[in-house]
Amino acid sequence: MLRFLQTLDRRWIFLAMGLAVAVPILLQMRFPEKATPIAEKAFATINDLPDGSRVLLAFDFDPASEPELGPMATSLVRHCALRGYRMYFITLWPFGPQMIADKIREVIRADFPQLVEGEHWVNLGFQAGNEAVMQQAKSDFKRTFPRDDRGIAVGQIPMMAEIRTTRDFACLIAVSAGYPGGKEWVQYVVTPERGSAVPLRAVVGCTGVQTPQLFPYYPGQLDGLIGAIKGAAEYETLVNEFVEERSPGTTIPEKYQEAVRRMGPQLVAHVLMVSLIVLGNVIYFAGRRRGTVA
Amino acid sequence: MKRLIPLWIAAIAGFTVIASNFIPWTLSMGDLVTTMFNVLAAVAYVLGAASIAKVHLSKLSAKRPGWGYSVVTLVCFAVTLCVGLLKVGVRPEPLSPDLSFSGSYSEPGGAIWWIYEYMISPITATLFALLAFYVASAAFRAFRAKNLEAMLLLGTAFIILLGRTAAGFFLTNWIPPDTFGGLRLENLSIYIMQVFNTAGNRAIIIGIALGVSATSLRILLGIDRSYLGGAE
Repeated sequence: MLRFLQTLDRRWIFLAMGLAVAVPILLQMRFPEKATPIAEKAFATINDLPDGSRVLLAFDFDPASEPELGPMATSLVRHCALRGYRMYFITLWPFGPQMIADKIREVIRADFPQLVEGEHWVNLGFQAGNEAVMQQAKSDFKRTFPRDDRGIAVGQIPMMAEIRTTRDFACLIAVSAGYPGGKEWVQYVVTPERGSAVPLRAVVGCTGVQTPQLFPYYPGQLDGLIGAIKGAAEYETLVNEFVEERSPGTTIPEKYQEAVRRMGPQLVAHVLMVSLIVLGNVIYFAGRRRGTVA
Repeated sequence: MKRLIPLWIAAIAGFTVIASNFIPWTLSMGDLVTTMFNVLAAVAYVLGAASIAKVHLSKLSAKRPGWGYSVVTLVCFAVTLCVGLLKVGVRPEPLSPDLSFSGSYSEPGGAIWWIYEYMISPITATLFALLAFYVASAAFRAFRAKNLEAMLLLGTAFIILLGRTAAGFFLTNWIPPDTFGGLRLENLSIYIMQVFNTAGNRAIIIGIALGVSATSLRILLGIDRSYLGGAE
């Protein structure tokens, strides 16, 4: 038995992982999510902004990280739409425009048709230049994003009239999968504004790999941090509770329970990982005792 | 001259941006340099595309091993470029129904949208998802409690892996929340991330910042010329 486990073909592990992910999806396993104080802080930061606040949404991610970041982007857009904020979408990633378009279609166009493009939300699209774009947006936002996604000059867009620099936004919401992303937004745009009379608030949603790198900025420079699909599930739960509180008896559509749904496979996969590590160590120490491994 | 001009450009641009952060009247000059950088960054995409085409065309003409993949790359590249530039399948913007080019290429129905939705998105998501299988295999074979450091790493991994799912709650919800709530796995995982991880990461970030400052200064002063290429 020990010999079999020591030489176990890795395809068995692949099969186990495949089942660990597939079975919860097929059985639609869902587990209750309780929001941690960090998710509650992120929610409160956005929820407590004055009505009609201007919110800058930077979607710096691509299809590879969409399964992890998509649900939190959905919840964030939905929350802003529910609160009636004016949303300014931008991205510094070449695939970002598709991510923005997806969320606009999925949330704003589908469930908030009363919101008018150019008055309540605007898609300013992609801009190349990474940190230089952030730096320039800090001093001249309209020059950095001179046209919206449709090619209309920002001078003709009503909701752009009051925007001169990033200081004119009440909050920055960055959903990021890497470079440039949340960390750079904090370093180049948020931190220099922290000392001002009305500091720019900032909430970052990021992948699990990025979360440890962003913790040093919380809560000093960051007002909220939504880490990976777990953070997204907590945030989604808070937004759904907010909706139920406002309109009791509302049925929550499936698309707004996506993060909680994705936590099912994650739970089983994590338990499998822990079991594999334990099993690997049992085999290792048993082998050492018998002298079959170094 | 070939090296001197780029050195001066780097020095002037770099010091101007630094100055614009501290001296208000140099702000417009800093903006000008940033705008120039943004233009260069946009041009870099064109150069990148040309470079990809050159590499794969030369591989194809020399029939080097794997030239078939170059054909796939070049065909995909050409098709995406053409349908994107010509806005194939894009419907006009409702505000300008007479202008066929006025619609957004990312709206459903367009060829670029189709490529994104049915090719790029599933391919990249699949490649990323494959990580789960390799991580599981690696964890089974390599994650051994051979010494104290490895044991600490294992313990931390268990707490984070379980604490970041509902498993943490199910396993430790018997712990009274008022007195020993901090020992619950979900709270322990946050504690580890906020205290140990933050302390270590802050040290790394400060170290990197000092290193970046020193390297930047070397480049701006012309001491480090490695970015110009060659042995200097």
